[in-house]
Order: sequence, then C-alpha cells, then structure tokens
Amino acid sequence: MVTNFLLRALDRRTAIVLIAILGVGILLPVLNLATDPSSPFHVPTYVLTLLGKYLTYALLALAVDLVWGFCGILSLGHAAFFALGGYAMGMYLMRQIGDRGTYGNPLLPDFMVFLNWKELPWFWTGFDHFWFAAILVLLVPGILAFVFGWFAFRSRVTGVYLSIITQAMTYALLLAFFRNDMGFGGNNGLTDFKEILGFDIQADTTRGALFFASALALAAGFWICRAVIASKFGKVLVAVRDAESRTRFIGYRVEGYKLLVWTLSAMMAGVAGALYVPQIGIINPGEFAPANSIEAVIWVAVGGRGTLIGPIVGALLVSFGKTWFTSGMLAEYWLFVLGGLFVLVTLFLPKGVVGTFLARDRKKPAEKPIEDVVAPGAVGQAAE
Amino acid sequence: MTSTIEPVAHAKAKDSLLYLDGVSVSFDGFKALRGLSLVIEPGEMRAIIGPNGAGKTTMMDVITGKTKPDSGDVYFAGDTDLTRLDEAAIASLGIGRKFQKPTVFESHTVWDNIDLALAGDRKPFATLFHRTSQAEIARVEEILDTIRLTDKRDWLAANLSHGQKQWLEIGMLLAQEPKLLLVDEPAAGMTDAETAETAILLQEIARTKSVVVVEHDMTFVRDLGVKVTVLHEGSVLSEGSLDAASADPKVIEVYLGR
Amino acid sequence: MVDMIQRFKALLAILALVLVAAMPARADDLKPLVDGLGKNGYAALREAIGALAATGDPAVAPVLQALGAGDLYVRKSDRAVFAATKADGGFALKDPLTGADAGTAGSRDVEKIRVNNAVREAVTSALGSLTLMSADPAKRRAAAADVFRNSDPAQIPLIDQAISKETDAGIATTLQMARAAAVLKSDAPDAEKVAAIAALQAKGGRDVLAQLTAIEASAPDGAVKAAAQTAITSIQGTLKLWDGAQNILYGISLGSVLLLAAIGLAITFGVMGVINMAHGEMVMIGAYTTFVVQELIRNNMPWLFDWSLAISLPLAFLVAGLVGVLIERMVIRYLYGRPLETLLATWGVSLILQQAVRTWFGPNNREVGNPSWMSGAFELGNLTITYNRMWIVVFALVVFATLMLVLKRTPFGLQTRAVTQNRPMASSMGIRTPWVDALTFGLGSGIAGIAGVALSQIDNVSPNLGQGYIIDSFMVVVFGGVGNLWGTLVGAFTLGIANKFLEPYAGAVLGKILVLVFIILFIQKRPRGLFALKGRAVEA
Ligand SMILES: Nc1ncnc2c1ncn2[C@@H]1O[C@H](COP(=O)(O)OP(=O)(O)O)[C@@H](O)[C@H]1O
Ligand SMILES: [Mg+2]
Repeated sequence: MVTNFLLRALDRRTAIVLIAILGVGILLPVLNLATDPSSPFHVPTYVLTLLGKYLTYALLALAVDLVWGFCGILSLGHAAFFALGGYAMGMYLMRQIGDRGTYGNPLLPDFMVFLNWKELPWFWTGFDHFWFAAILVLLVPGILAFVFGWFAFRSRVTGVYLSIITQAMTYALLLAFFRNDMGFGGNNGLTDFKEILGFDIQADTTRGALFFASALALAAGFWICRAVIASKFGKVLVAVRDAESRTRFIGYRVEGYKLLVWTLSAMMAGVAGALYVPQIGIINPGEFAPANSIEAVIWVAVGGRGTLIGPIVGALLVSFGKTWFTSGMLAEYWLFVLGGLFVLVTLFLPKGVVGTFLARDRKKPAEKPIEDVVAPGAVGQAAE
Repeated sequence: MTSTIEPVAHAKAKDSLLYLDGVSVSFDGFKALRGLSLVIEPGEMRAIIGPNGAGKTTMMDVITGKTKPDSGDVYFAGDTDLTRLDEAAIASLGIGRKFQKPTVFESHTVWDNIDLALAGDRKPFATLFHRTSQAEIARVEEILDTIRLTDKRDWLAANLSHGQKQWLEIGMLLAQEPKLLLVDEPAAGMTDAETAETAILLQEIARTKSVVVVEHDMTFVRDLGVKVTVLHEGSVLSEGSLDAASADPKVIEVYLGR
Repeated sequence: MVDMIQRFKALLAILALVLVAAMPARADDLKPLVDGLGKNGYAALREAIGALAATGDPAVAPVLQALGAGDLYVRKSDRAVFAATKADGGFALKDPLTGADAGTAGSRDVEKIRVNNAVREAVTSALGSLTLMSADPAKRRAAAADVFRNSDPAQIPLIDQAISKETDAGIATTLQMARAAAVLKSDAPDAEKVAAIAALQAKGGRDVLAQLTAIEASAPDGAVKAAAQTAITSIQGTLKLWDGAQNILYGISLGSVLLLAAIGLAITFGVMGVINMAHGEMVMIGAYTTFVVQELIRNNMPWLFDWSLAISLPLAFLVAGLVGVLIERMVIRYLYGRPLETLLATWGVSLILQQAVRTWFGPNNREVGNPSWMSGAFELGNLTITYNRMWIVVFALVVFATLMLVLKRTPFGLQTRAVTQNRPMASSMGIRTPWVDALTFGLGSGIAGIAGVALSQIDNVSPNLGQGYIIDSFMVVVFGGVGNLWGTLVGAFTLGIANKFLEPYAGAVLGKILVLVFIILFIQKRPRGLFALKGRAVEA
C-alpha cells in the first residue's frame, strides 16, 4: 500500500526533482574527495558542510510548508521539532565520545562530570545505540507534536492563536533546555563530538556521507510530501486551508487531518535537525529560539508556499544570502535585509519566487490544481 | 453521558426526518432563536422565509452542529440527537448544507470539489491511500452534468462566476448523497435566468431527498410551490402554503408593518 | 574570662549610669575617659569603650565613630588621644570630642589605635546604646533596633534605664524586645528566660527567628529549649503568611509590568485584530527615548534629572506612536484581513527596528538612571516595597484607566469602536476609517512607548528589550480574552501572581515554563480567553 502510495506520486516532474537532489548529493562529495584541491572542480570540505547544512534547512522548510502552505497552519514552533531531533542525535554523539572527553569518564559526558553527577540520567539510556537514537529522532518530535496538536486542533485553536501558542511552546522549551538540571548540557548544549557510527566525524569521507544523507533525506521528504499532496488526503488539506468549516460540513473531521500532517511535518523537522547536528558539530538551546522558527517560515514565504519546490529554493536562497552577507563587511546589515525580506515578500510577492514564476507560466485557468513545477536548475544554481 | 431520550419528544420525533422542538440560542444575551419548533417529513421540501435577522441561518447552524442550542431538542431520522454531535458526524449522517455565501474550495478544480464531497470513507488514513474508482469517476461526471458544469471541470473554482459557484456548491451537496439538504438563500445574487434554473434544479433534487430552502425571493419561493414556514424573531410566525401565509395578518404585519 | 569581663563591663555601666543620672557630663569630664582609649591591649580598649558608652553622653559618639573608622591616634609623649588625618609629612591633630584643632605631629610621634573585630563590635553596640538617650526619636528608634540586634547582656542595665525614660511606645516595645533578647543570652534564671521567649514570640519576625534559632541551638535541654522550639514554630508559621503576602506583592509588581507591556497590544491586537510582532520594539523605542532624554538632561540641565521621566512620557508616546502610524500606513494597511501575513511582515519590521537601534546606539545595554523618588524602599510590616516597583504599579493602573477613558468617553474612542465593530457601516456614516485605523494603531504603539519609559527603570535598555516582552504580552492578551481590556488587566495580574507563587517551588525558569504550559492548555480549553463570553457585556 505504501509503495503504491509513493509510486503513484512519481510523475515526471517529481522524478526530475528527486534525481536533481540526489545528483547533487552524490556529485559534490565526489568532487570533494576525488579531485585535487588545486583543480577548478574541487569542492572544499567547508563548502560541502555548509551546503549540507542548507540541505537540512531545506528539509525543515519543506516540513513548514507542508503544514502552512497546504493546510494553513502557520507554525512558529518548528525550530522546536528541529532542535529536538538534533538533541536526540546529539545525545547519541555524546555517548560516542566515551572516555575521550576532557574528564575521561567512560560513561558520563563531560558536562555531567562537571556538574558532579554520579550516574547517567534515565533518559540518556539507550542513546549509545544509533538505531535507538534514530528512532527517537522521529519519535520525540512526533510525540510532542501529537500531544500538542491533539489539544490544539481538538479545541479548534486556529490562525494566529495557534501560531502564537506554537511560539510559546518553543519558547518554553528554550527556557527549559537552558537549565543545567534538565540534563542536556544547559547553556552550552552538546558538542565536542568525535565519531558517528565509528567514523571520525571530521573526516572528509564522513562529511561527504553526511552530505549525501542530507540530500537523501531531502529527496525522501520531497517524495513523501509529493505523495501526500497528490492523494485525496492532500486535497482535503488544501480544502481545510481554503474553507475549514466547509470541509467539516461535508463530513471531514478536520482535527484528524491536521493532527496527522502536523505530526508528519514535525518528524520531518526532527530528521532535519538530526542531520544538522553532526555537520555543525553542536546543538544548544539557541536552536529553540522563536526567531529560528520564523526564519524557517520566511524561507517558505520567499520560495513560495503551497508549492513543494518553493521552500527548498527559498531555504537555499535565503541561507546563501545570509552566509554571503554575514561573512562580509555587510554583516551588520543582514537583519535589515532579512527584515526587509519579510515585509517585501508579504507585500509584493505573496506567492514567493517559485509561485510567482508558476503563476506567470499559467495564463489559462489551470488544468491541474496548483502544483510544483521544477524551476529549471533552481536547486543546482543555489547550491553552487 | 447516558441519558434517555424523553419519551414524549421521542414519540413525536419518530416519524419525522428532522424534528426541532423549543430550540433557543442566545449570543451575549441576544436571543437569536426563541423556542423554535419545526418538523420536516421524509421526502418533504420546505421553504423558510422571514425578514433579515429572523434566525434562519442560526437555525441551520443548530441543525448542522455549528452552534449548540441553549435549550431544546433537535432530532434527526427519529432518534439521533444532533445536539451531541459535531459538524463532521452530522454531515456523515446525511445532512448537507449550502451556505448563504457560496463557499467552494477556490484553489481546487471543479472536478476536485465534487470529488472531495463524494460519499465515502472520510478518515485521514483512508483518504491518504484512497484510489479513485471508475464508479466514482462516473458519479462525478453525472453530477457535473446535473449542475451544468461539465465543460468547466478543469477550471479552478476561484474562476467560476457567482452563479456557477452556487451550482457547484449544490453539486457538492448532491455528491454527499444526503438525506436532507439545507439550502441557505440559493438565489441570492443570481440573475433572473439563473434563479429560474436554480428552482428547477432544486425541484429535481427534491424528488429523491428532503430539502429545506431558506429564501427571501418570493417569486423563487412561488416557483418552488411548496409548504412555507415564516420565521420571525427566532420563532415560527406562520406555516402553510405560500398563499395562506401571505394572507396571514401576522405575516403582513411583519413584512409590511415596519 | 569573658564572663568576668562582661560582669566588669556591666558593673562599669551601672556605675556610669549612676554618674549620668547624677550630673550631665561635660567635655572636660569626658577627656580622661577618651584618653583611656590609649591604654595598651584590646581588652583595656574595650573596657574604655564601655566606660565611654556608659556616660550616655551623645558627645562621645564621634569619638567612637572615629575609633571604629581607625582615625584615632595616641600621642606617644603624653598618651593623649587625638583624631588625626595625614598631612604633609605628618599628621594634623584634632580633639576627638570637640573637633578643635590641636596642632600637628610627626608621623613617628603618634601611634594608631588598632582595632580588631571584637573592638569594632563593642564600638557598634556602644554607639547603639549611646543613641538610646538621644533626643531625636528617629535616632533612638534606630539605636533600639541596633541594641536588639546585638542583644548584649552587658547592656541590660542601660536598656532598663532607657526604657524607664522612653516616651515613645513603639521604641519602648523594641527596647523591651532588646531586653528580652539580652536576657536570653545572659545567665538569668530559666523562668525569666522563658518569659523573655514569650515576649519575643509575641513580636515575631525574621530577626527574632534568627535569635531564637541561635538560642535553641545552644540551650541545654529543658524549659528554655522547649519554649524556644514552640516559639520558632509559631513564628515560622506567621512568617509563611508574610511570605505569601510578599509573593502577592511581587506578583502584583510583575503583573503591572505585564499589564504595561500588554496594554498597547490589547488595542492593536485585541481591539483592531492586527497582530503586531513589532509591539515589543515599540516598548524598546520608548525606553531608548527615555535614555536620550536623560542623556540630554545630564549634559545640559542636570537639575532637571528628577523630571526626566515626566519629560520622557509624552515624548515616548509621540515617538513610538509616530513609528506605529508609519508602520500602519506603510505595511499593515495592505494586509488587513490577512493576519498570518501581518504577523510575518511585522516580524520583519521588528528585525529592522532592532537593527536600526543597534546600529545607532550600539548593541550594549544603555544606562537609564532612576530619579531620586524612584530609588529606595520602605517597609510595611514584614514586607519590603521598593519605590520603583510601587510607582510602576500605580503608573500601570493610571495608564489603564486613562486608556479606558479615551476609548469610552472621547469622540476618537467612539470612532475606534465603531470602525472595529462594523467597518462598512462606520465608513458609510462618514468616519474616515483609514485615519481611525492609523491613529488607533498609533495609540496602541504610543502606549507601548510609554510602557518603555516605565520598563527602562527596571530592565536593561538594549535593542533586545522588546523581544523579552512580546510573548508574555500576547499571552496576557490572549489569556484575558481578545478585545477585552478588563480581561487584559485581570490576565496580567493573574499571570504575574501565578508566576511569583510558582517561583519559590519551581524556580524562576521552571515557574515561567509552567505558566506558559498552563496558558497553552488554557487557550485550548477556552480559545477565546478568560472573558471572551462576557465580552460585550463588560465592554458596554
Ligand atoms: N455568532 C453570532 N454572534 C452574535 N450574534 C449572532 C451570531 N450569529 C447570528 N447572530 C445574530 O442572530 C440574529 C439572527 O441571525 P441569522 O440567523 O443570520 O438571521 P437570518 O439568516 O435570518 O438573516 C441576527 O441578529 C444576528 O446578528
Ligand atoms: Mg441568513
């Protein structure tokens, strides 16, 4: 049933996007590993890591778009799911350090030794296994989203109210994770990772593999979203976005739909966070900051919500712009640019870059509902 | 909650399709409905008229579960207490509703609008893995034909004219295969030709289903030629044929007296 | 040993009292006593202090103060004691009693009178007992409190003397308590001590608790220990109540801050339905306006400083209000009816405003001073209330009341309500709705600016100031019920007090988290807030 569900969504456009993402996922690590640093085709490792980070952002943006663009739920709390996935991965990476930490304690991570803890807290057990961490990467954000959504959707909290309580949720987690006695490293978070699955986390090959994994996750996320959107379920989501009460009056129990897509989206964000952490080498409570969630929203807005390629393009464009700005003399002006983006996009480009591009393409009334068309070379361009 | 239905109410409700008794609703102290009672028989078509603010839309809100009444009974098909169900459950029982302001899914095509309304399993996982069957396609085609939108099947609903949206909404109601249709001011904003066609459409529908139509337009109501209930300030003022109702001094007072 | 000295001191004190009673001491008579400070050895020094204290003459107070400060010197030649200050190459001498010039001395001719902690303590308690006889009731009150704190058994006779003379009932009570505390430390019989404990228990309070705890810990098993234990339990019970009261006070204080931050939002979000994520930045702009005003005053007209807040208020209102009107005209008006877009666009505006302030004023905290009437604290029973907190509570309520008046009683308020309730109708009646929109938004923003003036007094003034308030403000407005100003008032104080009550049990951070979780659950139970249902009835 599931294969059927996925294959059905695999039309030509989807296939092209998937091949493009995976192609980049393979090509760049190969160019990094197989070419000489002096070669014009060489991709330096730091670029690879940077682009790997962008890919995880793109996955996060996709998750935000799935709920916002297609179901009208503007989440200002997706950074929370991203960070929780990141923490689950970070805990695994911490346990992998073993006795190579500063204090050489084989069982306890450094910060626990520092806090004079004698034994591992119960919620750290199991994280020495990769598979366990991998499951929790999905489960923790998923369960939080499910519980949160169950309450919120059942009592029909919608619109800005929902946005604000999602923001409050991530804010509460931010405060919680800052506390040392939560057992997640407090202010400093988790860092100084050494190995992942037994491979040196700094090695070029590992970096390449992580980059590929990020591309793979993005491709998988894209495909799943595509299948969801193409199904009748997806049409109900759009119906909810456009006219929620009408959807109820034709017999759909809207809260169930919202809950399912919300939880799926949170899990995608969790995976993105889990891939982000080993590439960046640190996870700290700052990732829960409400500003992060809103930044993810602006990626989607810039790219074009309600399209699937839009959030990917938006995340890459904005992140690329941010890196470019903040590394030069213009660093101080980045917030002006970002702030300006919020204002200008909402005022003048409500469909986003991709959405506007598509709308211009479509002169006659659509033959299909609003869909994503591959913006030619968009992925490759932004990634270079 | 396990409570037994009052035997009296039950007895009266038994043979009816829709049974409202003593329904009251207030908003911030303002009584929109005061002790409204109404019975619709299976297969009946009924027109509801009344001045603006009489509580017609509020009555539909109560029947479809959007608004919970402060007091009073609402039963469907004899013994189903509608006040305890939510909108989706009530819709699944077979009560379809057309809003006063046409609401269709603007960014879906005409086809998808009908497809979404088509009777079937409405659970999230069911729709996630749903595959459209030949029978469903045929049924959508048939409805498109009824509402005269076959050639617009691939248009986005947003691009339809006002009247076409009204029809699309009626088509969606048909697709739900309801036992009872609630239609709120279907002729509002239509041209005379469209209004006449709408009346014909509703009569066609009423051959197989019960229909409750709320309307202002007297010619339209006359075209329908059915029993009329006059609402005023949240309760029933008069009931009977249109001619009888128009002759009722109370009705004349309300319509002309102000 | 210690005991002996104490007895001796007591003896001296009694002697001194007799003397005091007999004749008023004069500077001449005091001189030998002062010179007694020049004797060698700490023990002798303490005796001399006791002797000076025993005179009960306020004139010796400066001598003792100078001693405590380490300013007393002995002239080696005649062992006379002087207050000396370093002057070129040597010391300038002064008579410690009169302050009269007494010539100079080479640095080798004089010797500093050294003090240790025991001596300092003796000085403090002597000073305390001395002022017990002062003519100024305020001084006597402070002295009585001092004596109580020291609770030196040696001073019992002195205390008795003071009690007999005391005319002020309040001071007399404190003295009784001081006596009771001193008795507890003396070797009086158990019965007397138990009576003393009873007296102390009747007074209660934190100081008594500390004294009794010490007694309880050191007393041998028996009547005294038992009495102390019961007294401690009873006082602790009372203190808990006071703690509760203090928490409510803190809660009201926090609530007033929340109210100030949220009240502007209650207009823009609550009344107009515009979700303004840059609201916090309006507060920040108000705080920076205060900073600029103070800076100008400091540099040009320092004497105006106490008026700086009063001057800042209208300016902050205008500046923030103007920025608000600009935002409304340039961004928000295009987004009416699209709340999610408004949310994003105004978030962008907030980023721009933050960065603009950061570029202009720098990223660090700026110093905003408290005018004199805003600093300090006063006590009310066992409660401490700081003036700045108190004024902010008052201020928040005044702002709230003013706003209610503006909305209810002015033509502008009427138009605002008309437009927000039924735009087409209002517009067809000739109200210029775009103007009303802009001005209403300006009003909300201006009030946020005013809040910034108040918050600059208790918070760091930095570009991030507003960020700290935005979520809280929304929580207050949503919790209280959107569109209902009374709800905002109740919401602010409820959340403030709840926060402060949770803090002692859960810690500040966890308390805040719990409140957030509570609100999240609450909104889900009542999506329209606390007062939504009664909305119209309350507003009307
Ligand atoms: N949600 C609501 N809140 C407050 N008043 C309402 C609400 N819904 C309807 N009303 C009031 O109830 C009365 C009846 O409205 P309605 O049922 O729409 O009348 P009709 O459809 O007959 O014109 C009107 O006065 C209307 O203002
Ligand atoms: Mg109506």
